[in-house]
Amino acid sequence: MTLLLIGVGIMLLGGVSALLASGSPRLPVALGIGGVAGGAILGLIPTLRVLLGGQTDSLQHAWSVPYGAFSVELDPLSAFFLLPILTVSLLAAIYGGEYLGGLRGARCLGAHHFFFNLLVASMVMVVLARNGVLFLVCWELMSLASFFLVTFEDENESARAAGWTYLVATHIGTAFLLALFVLLGHGGAGALDFAEMAARGQAGLVDGAGLLFALAVVGFGTKAGFMPLHIWLPEAHPAAPSHVSAVMSGVMIKTGIYGLLRVLTFLGAPAPWWGWLLLAIGASSGILGVLFALAQHDLKRLLAYHSVENIGIIALGLGVGLIGMSYGSLPLLVLGFGGGLLHVLNHALFKGLLFLGAGAVLHSTGTREIDHLGGLLKRMPWTGVAFLIGAVAISGLPPLNGFISELLIYLGAYRGATEPRSLAGLAVLAVIPALALIGGHATACFTKAFGIVFLGEPRGSAAARAHETGLAMRVPLVVLATGCVAVGFCAPWTIGVLGGVVAAVSGRPAGELAAELAFASEALSTVVVVSVGFAALVALLAVGRSRLLAGRQVSESVTWDCGYASPSARMQYTASSFAQPLTLLFDKVLRTRRHFAPPRGLFPLSRSTFHTATPDVFQEHVYAPGFAAIDRTLGRLRWLQHGRVQLYVLYIAVTILVLLVWKLG
Amino acid sequence: MQTIALVHPALALVLSPLLLGVINRTKAIFAGRVGQPLAQPYRDLWKLLRKGAVYSRTTTWVFRAAPVVGLAAILLATTLLPLAALPALLAFPGDFILLAYLLGLVRFFAVIGALDTGSSFEGMGASREVQFSALAEPALLLGLAAVAYHTHSLSLSEMISGLSSTHWSQAGAMQALLAASLFMVLLTENARIPVDDPNTHLELTMIHEVMVLDFGGPDFAFILYGASLKLWVFCALLTGLALPVRTGNLWIEVAVAVIAIFGIAVLVGVVESCMARLRLIRIPQLLVGAGLLSVLALVLSLR
Repeated sequence: MTLLLIGVGIMLLGGVSALLASGSPRLPVALGIGGVAGGAILGLIPTLRVLLGGQTDSLQHAWSVPYGAFSVELDPLSAFFLLPILTVSLLAAIYGGEYLGGLRGARCLGAHHFFFNLLVASMVMVVLARNGVLFLVCWELMSLASFFLVTFEDENESARAAGWTYLVATHIGTAFLLALFVLLGHGGAGALDFAEMAARGQAGLVDGAGLLFALAVVGFGTKAGFMPLHIWLPEAHPAAPSHVSAVMSGVMIKTGIYGLLRVLTFLGAPAPWWGWLLLAIGASSGILGVLFALAQHDLKRLLAYHSVENIGIIALGLGVGLIGMSYGSLPLLVLGFGGGLLHVLNHALFKGLLFLGAGAVLHSTGTREIDHLGGLLKRMPWTGVAFLIGAVAISGLPPLNGFISELLIYLGAYRGATEPRSLAGLAVLAVIPALALIGGHATACFTKAFGIVFLGEPRGSAAARAHETGLAMRVPLVVLATGCVAVGFCAPWTIGVLGGVVAAVSGRPAGELAAELAFASEALSTVVVVSVGFAALVALLAVGRSRLLAGRQVSESVTWDCGYASPSARMQYTASSFAQPLTLLFDKVLRTRRHFAPPRGLFPLSRSTFHTATPDVFQEHVYAPGFAAIDRTLGRLRWLQHGRVQLYVLYIAVTILVLLVWKLG
Repeated sequence: MQTIALVHPALALVLSPLLLGVINRTKAIFAGRVGQPLAQPYRDLWKLLRKGAVYSRTTTWVFRAAPVVGLAAILLATTLLPLAALPALLAFPGDFILLAYLLGLVRFFAVIGALDTGSSFEGMGASREVQFSALAEPALLLGLAAVAYHTHSLSLSEMISGLSSTHWSQAGAMQALLAASLFMVLLTENARIPVDDPNTHLELTMIHEVMVLDFGGPDFAFILYGASLKLWVFCALLTGLALPVRTGNLWIEVAVAVIAIFGIAVLVGVVESCMARLRLIRIPQLLVGAGLLSVLALVLSLR
């Protein structure tokens, strides 16, 4: 525990000294990265100890804030979220040093490193905090730090707008959390301590648990990106620098999942509808997320929608687990929560990898527009291979990690269908078509992203001039790709770690879950046999193929183009044309806008253009009109805001006076 | 692991190209032609394996890896599949999910292999391939959910051995719906009429054939062999689920199952002879229809 807090201290110290050293071109970078690296490595030691050993570690300290206490604890659930937070942040920090290297001297990087370190430190504290006030303070710090990171390129109108959307969304979420903790903690001193809340939950003393759960879903769901609360993700992730997107999408949104799970331990036995609600949210986030991703041709926006999709998969897992919890079915509980939690880790690995890969593409070509890229695999071989591994993993295909967590959730759903003949079993059957649809469309989307960006011929001069990035940007990609492969091939061993976490979430002793955990790890060991067999077969066939071709005539030519005389790179299929059949099929939902000026006449003189854009349906048809209406209504009160400071002080004085009279009288 | 479980993969390895020969002979008979020899697919493979190769300058290692990865994945799929009373080489709860996702891996690499050539035709085929398979996957997994629910088991071997020979009389409606749905998935996944026409000569209308335009030599042999194995996998799955024959004698049951697999090949040939390819925009309706048949089968299995 002490090591972990020292680690947080080092991160903050690095951040503050980077800010102070802003004048120097190189110093802030070294101080900032050094802070994150030192802190993360120190922090990983206790994290791994708790994950592998299973014991918890806590620390209390008095704090003068009302209802507050500096109470922190490292239990398996916290450690499980801490692991991706520390590793992805460390890798992203190293990557960021080179990514922003071109701006050294031209921009003040001190502030960026300060906020980056603050973000990492506050994420660590969010999962450690065991007091409502401390939790909310860290939560707010995390939101503000990430806001300043999103608006790094604040000279761009779009970055400012994205930051604004994020700020509003995250604070609406926090408002719900505030209400949640006020309702949870009305019980005098110490009532906001998590230990106290958990004890009340266990004893079944919580009233209005359903309302509290709903508040938690909205509050934490806004951070996690549950559809339809997701609208900040596709704005903020493309606007932020890529290593920040990797941290935000890979790990920061998972603090929403963490918060939801932590609050669940305060609420006692769940009602069945909680699980159903999460299943519905998961299915809609997953399916709509992947459909919107398919329609995008901005690489980072596409990845942002995939975060919504993967949060949907996680929610499906948690929903299965909750239904298992409320109906007392252990198979559903273990497989659902286990699959959902493992997907948290997996998504951190492959989404971090994909965002860093997209950042390398952006760094090297200067564009995020998929339709202007192409042929990058030859120019950026390392990035290309890493991106391919990430793409296979996120499509949920064997033998990589994405398949393992999806398999656990599928198994939970099928177990629900076969074991107890109850209503619960029927509900979880809905998981099967949802996951199948998500899987098929994710394959479509990532064959598109990888195929159009990295394969074929360059579609523009920027792509043709692309070059491989330096070591500091390549190493994090390789490490994360290795992680995706390692979790895939070591799947049965992850179950041991997951057991402790599932026990912490469900409040059941680990011994009770042992049989189900053994079931899962047995299934996964056969999967690993298949994966190893697959690797061996690929090697065998590759050797066989090169033996066959050895000594024969192997020549190179142009791609077969049906006899067309002068093909050009612009004739290739694009991201938009590749996805067109599917986006057309789901046009009722996606409402893609097409701007088409066709060529006119036999010898067209004017340029013809074609352009598509798929803005977010919820943003366009729900939030924009809704906020406009609020703006109009509240605009009538605008006379209160006149900008005279003396009168503002008067408002404060009058308010305090009124409160005083009310309290005394 | 039992040695006897190796029989089915061996049968698949040896007999699967013959399925294509049977389909072609069926079509020839319908058209009043003599048709090519039944063993023609074997001769094609042998010819291709002895040839050199020509690669497009646009392509990278992905193009060369795609046939290898695809064949490896489909070879593994045969080890997950039981045949009548022959258990699968590898059976575990959820093996059918792995089977479906291995086929997804085959598709992923086929698609990026096609995109690697930079050709519009191949991009077009790849685009159609991902669309139709994304819609076919729910039909397959929901159909299997119906069987899982019916037989209380989560591995293909148990699911197939859990179906009794009186199954058709007990749950005929569910069985018929399931068989129809799986047959549509089979036609889609194996690029047969009415979804795709393997004999068309116009690149613009092809799906699977156009994706492999640039492959030649051993690479193309891997792809053709992989395609025939995939057809075998689907036929064996459909046979196992739709024709539970229980005689008590292992070898009679295996023989019946193999005959049934070739029967399905004849059926595919009959379908190809009797109808034209659907318009591309109609195919999603067919696949959504297949998915709904699976849902109905599932609802019936809940009784």
